[in-house]
Amino acid sequence: MSTPTVTLHIPTPLRSATNDQATVNATGDTVRTALQNLVERYPDLKSNLYNDDGALRQFVNIYVDDEDIRYLDGPDTALTDGAEVSIVPSIAGGRSR
Amino acid sequence: MQADNQTATLSSEELRRYNRHLTLPEFGREGQEALKNASVLLVGAGGLGSPAAMYLAAAGVGHIGLVDFDHVEASNLQRQILYGTSDVGRPKLDAAEERLNDLNPHVEVTRHAVRLSSENALDIVDQYDVVADGTDNFPTRYLVNDACVLTGTPNVYASIFRFEGQVSVFATEDGPCYRCLYEEPPPPGLVPSCAEGGVLGVLPGLVGTLQATEVIKLLTGIGEPLIGRLLMINALSMNFRTLRVRKNPDCVICSDNPTQTELIDYEAFCGIPDANESTDDDMAVPETTVHELKQARDSGTAPFVLDVRKPHEAEIASIEADQLIPVDELPDRLSELNADAETPIVVHCRSGARSERATKFLRQKGYNASNLKGGILAWSKEIDDSVPTY
Repeated sequence: MSTPTVTLHIPTPLRSATNDQATVNATGDTVRTALQNLVERYPDLKSNLYNDDGALRQFVNIYVDDEDIRYLDGPDTALTDGAEVSIVPSIAGGRSR
Repeated sequence: MQADNQTATLSSEELRRYNRHLTLPEFGREGQEALKNASVLLVGAGGLGSPAAMYLAAAGVGHIGLVDFDHVEASNLQRQILYGTSDVGRPKLDAAEERLNDLNPHVEVTRHAVRLSSENALDIVDQYDVVADGTDNFPTRYLVNDACVLTGTPNVYASIFRFEGQVSVFATEDGPCYRCLYEEPPPPGLVPSCAEGGVLGVLPGLVGTLQATEVIKLLTGIGEPLIGRLLMINALSMNFRTLRVRKNPDCVICSDNPTQTELIDYEAFCGIPDANESTDDDMAVPETTVHELKQARDSGTAPFVLDVRKPHEAEIASIEADQLIPVDELPDRLSELNADAETPIVVHCRSGARSERATKFLRQKGYNASNLKGGILAWSKEIDDSVPTY
C-alpha cells in the first residue's frame, strides 16, 4: 500500500511560510510523518510548530478531521488517504483598534 | 447570575416590537420573556462587540453590559458599526449607549469603562447571565475565561484574524473552557495583532453576529449551542468547519481537581513583561524618540532609517525610511541591508513593537540599531500629522 496523502489546512498566521497556500498536500502514515513531510518542503514552519527539543509546541493544536490528536494517539495518530489535518492556532483579535 | 428573580412581562408596545420573534414556534412569548429577563456582558465594544450589541439590543435582551475604555477612532469605522463619523474622539461607551438606547429603549445598558483586570473581573462577570468575549489580546482572553469558569458564567467566545474567525461556547456547566482548547498562549510576537495583520471589515460583522446568535440560544435554551465545538470560518474560501473541543480532564481551572482557583497575573502568564518592573535584563534595546530623529534629520546627521513593516503598510503611511525589510524577512534578507555595522540605524514600524524585535535581532548581529519609540503613530502625533495613522 502506498503512503497516504492527506490535506493539511494551514492557518492564516502561518501562511507566509507556505507561499500563502491555505491547504497543502502531504504524505505520511501518521501525523508525525505528515508534518515532517510538510516541514521538509516549507522549512519556515519548523520554528512555529516545534520547540527547540523537536516536540510540537503546546499552543499548536493539531486536528485529524474534527478530532484533536491529543484525544487520539497524539503525533502517532494514523492517517488514511484523504484525511484532513488542521493546524489550529490561537488568535486573539476582536476589539481591534 | 442575576440576583433579581422577579420576572418582568412584556408590555403591549414590546409585543408589537417583537412580533416576528413571538410568531416563531421555537421562540414564542416564553423565549422573548427569557431574553427580557436576561443579562449579557460584552467584553470589548469593537469589531465583534458592535454587531453583537446591536443585534442583542434589537432582539430585546433586557440588560446589556459593555466593557471598553477606548475612544472612537476613524480607523474603527470600517467595521465597528456601533459608531458613526460624528462619534470620532468620543468615549466608545458613551456613543454605544446612545446608539443602543435609540435602537431599543426597553434595554438597560450598563457601561463598564474600565480595563478588565484580575481585580475587577469576578465582580463584573458575576453580575451577568452570559459573557460574550470579543477582546483583542491573549491576557484578556485568559482572564475572561477564568472569570467565567470561576463564576459559572457561560462564555461565547469569538476571535478573528484577517479573513478567518473562530467561535465557540466555553465554561458551561459540563462543557470545555478556553484553556481546554488552548492550554497556553503563544509567545508574544508570534501571532500578529489585527492592527498589524489587518482584518476584512465585514468579517467581525459576520462573526459577531454568530456570537449574538449563540448568546440568544443560551439565554432562551433553544437549539444546539457551540458547546464542545469550535466553529472555524474562512471568509475567503467561505468555508465553515466545526472541530470537536473536549473538556480536558486535567484542565488547570475547569477540571474536577483544579490547581488554579483564583485569578492570576495574565500579563505575566502570556509572557508580557510588567511595565512597572525595571527592564535591566539583556532584552532591553536602545530607543530613539521621534523628536530625536526629527532633530537629527534637520541637522543633517540623519541615521539610516529601516522600516520593518509590510510593504502595503508603507503605502498607507511613510516617514521616508531609507529601506524596507519586513521584520519576519529580516533574518533571511540581512545581506540586503544597505547599512554597515558602524552606521547608526533607527528601526521603525507602526507602534514600536515589531521594530523592537528587529532592533534586538540587529544588535545581536552586531549592528548599531535603536528602536523608534512609538513608531509611525508617535511620528504622526508629535511631528507631522499629515502622516496618516492606521
